[in-house]
Amino acid sequence: MVASRFFPDTPTQDEGPMSATSGSATGPTVVELPGPRPSRFSLARRENLSGYLYISPWIVGFLVFTFAPMIASLLMSFTDFDPRAPGATAFIGLDNYERMARGILGQPGGDPLIRDSLLVTVRFAALLIPVTLGFALAVAMLVNSTLLAGRNVFRTLFYMPMQIPIVASTLIWIGMLNASTGWFNQLLAAAGITGPDWLNSVTWVAPSLTIMGLWGIGNMMLIFLAGLQGIPSELYDACKVDGAGRLAQFRNVTLPMLSPVLFYNVIITLIGTFQYFTQAYIIGNGRGDPAGATNFFNFHLYREGWAYFQMGYASALAWLLFAIVLTLTVILFRSAGSWVYEAGGDR
Amino acid sequence: MSVLNPPMVRPMSANSPLRRRMRRFTAVSGVTLLAFMIVSAFLLPLLFMVTTSFKDKSQLTALGAPWYPAAPETFEYEGGTYPLYQVPMPDGTTRTLALYQPGRESSVWIDPAAPEAGTIDWEGRWRVLAPGYRFELYTDNFVTAWNALNFPRLLFNTLMIAGIGTIGAVTSAICVAYGFSRFRFPGRNGLFLLLLSTIILPMQVTLIPTYAVFSMMGWTGTWLPLIVPYFFGNAYNVFLLRQYFLTIPRELDEAAMIDGAGPFRILVSVIVPQAKAAIVAVSLFHFFWAWNEFYLPLIYLQGNQSAEPLSTAIARFNGVYSQEPTLIQAAAIMAMIIPVVVFFIAQRAFMRGIVFTGVEK
Repeated sequence: MVASRFFPDTPTQDEGPMSATSGSATGPTVVELPGPRPSRFSLARRENLSGYLYISPWIVGFLVFTFAPMIASLLMSFTDFDPRAPGATAFIGLDNYERMARGILGQPGGDPLIRDSLLVTVRFAALLIPVTLGFALAVAMLVNSTLLAGRNVFRTLFYMPMQIPIVASTLIWIGMLNASTGWFNQLLAAAGITGPDWLNSVTWVAPSLTIMGLWGIGNMMLIFLAGLQGIPSELYDACKVDGAGRLAQFRNVTLPMLSPVLFYNVIITLIGTFQYFTQAYIIGNGRGDPAGATNFFNFHLYREGWAYFQMGYASALAWLLFAIVLTLTVILFRSAGSWVYEAGGDR
Repeated sequence: MSVLNPPMVRPMSANSPLRRRMRRFTAVSGVTLLAFMIVSAFLLPLLFMVTTSFKDKSQLTALGAPWYPAAPETFEYEGGTYPLYQVPMPDGTTRTLALYQPGRESSVWIDPAAPEAGTIDWEGRWRVLAPGYRFELYTDNFVTAWNALNFPRLLFNTLMIAGIGTIGAVTSAICVAYGFSRFRFPGRNGLFLLLLSTIILPMQVTLIPTYAVFSMMGWTGTWLPLIVPYFFGNAYNVFLLRQYFLTIPRELDEAAMIDGAGPFRILVSVIVPQAKAAIVAVSLFHFFWAWNEFYLPLIYLQGNQSAEPLSTAIARFNGVYSQEPTLIQAAAIMAMIIPVVVFFIAQRAFMRGIVFTGVEK
């Protein structure tokens, strides 16, 4: 009975084997005692209280650092709040959202940069997602191969760049992609190709950032790896019996079996692109260089808020970001049913 | 059925154990070599970083300079120092000679291998020749970057911000995860779902009011906004620990309870020791996440550079010294060395944690 409060998921709370054993220990007379009901109730209450007590840090944190700021941010998005003059804040209705909408639609009076920042972000996602997902999957299959000697060493090495602080890895790539002194162009020159000025070219900056993004495949690779290891080998055996080649095995077994994992990685990367910041800030010199090509959405938000102190408008942008992230998540989860393979219903 | 399978009806000689082992050996070598080549290309920028950081700036643009850190070679002759060059000789060979008397259209050289043979006259412009190089490490870049960054100060700031934040994040996550995994209370599942849903909430949504409040409280320019919020249980950490706690057999709690332990005692003496691996993983994650964090220090410490961590300071350094790639690469090494070394030491705990979260999520 005492134990039951620590075994909430076992069906012993009321009349399970636990109370039966405690009853048998004290003999059958225990049933006739007047006490047990209220004491059992107070134990359940004490368990409730303990539970709330232990999760209370999160409840406080949620209210103070999530819930209240969300409400405040929503309210702020209807104002012209400027932290340099908080007293002069005025309620301006839907003006911020109108500015945003006009900007997106290219109408006069709108935010002149928002449309481009969304385009920069979406185009980058369209490049980054297939490239990094494909590379991560290829690497995962490679380091999962039984034909690879020293698999753990390779796994560690492919994961390792994740561990380099983003600022440091960005600086490494800035050097590597330097038009004249970087090795990338020097190697291309050795092959007879004149490389572009990667990071200072409007055309090449997104491919550059994609190349840099390859260093971030670590988690994706491990998730793919776990997915690959979860595929029953009988499926491949069955495939081989049917005479399927490696490509057919990949298409008919690996891809469908990996689809939940693939799906998860797509969501995470997509959301990550809309929150892409550090690399854009450093490569764009905090200005979106070259010519606004690194003016990613999240960077635009930062600039409105902390360079121009248009925090009312930045709040509206933050809510647009939230709406985008939420919509993408919902769309992907909805569409998942049509192409994501899930084994059974239970886990 | 397997009898009908073509490979099984092949003659034994084609499938003898030796043959099979040979074929397997070839396949393993091929795949491993391929993987080695890919990983080398993948990590090539690291070699670039290391070599560049040990180069003298002049080597970057010098003609014919090698890829490794090197200095132009010189030759000591009769008390003088003379630079070495690769000199194409009239007979078609190329010799490494010391430039003894430079001239516009013709120069006088000495062969360092045989100085006693006297001088060699040569027609041509020495300025277009490639100098001879010898391997040499310049460590000045590190000294310059160290001093310009005030590196010890940055390291201290980063360690304090990441360290205190980690202590808060891990203790709070342990408590909250324990609450969610071991107690039954009304609304538990709903609250847990709420906790998980905060993962998709972009930081920017809550950031502006939080910034405004911290700024009114006078916390901007201090470490407090970068540390205090982590003392309230982050969703990722709680989730990872809760999943792990659920795998700890409840019989262990029960045994402790029979010995008279209360919930807190059970947490400290049963759950925490059992979940050490997950706790280490969460600590490492949070520590390096905080080490890496850029956005928050950028907005909160803009006005107080003495409190800055490595991330923003190195980014600013990059802006100032953008024309000095050797210094930039030295700074990059200084910023990454600790996380990378710790990663290699604690690699197993790390990977386990990642797979655990990644797959369960």
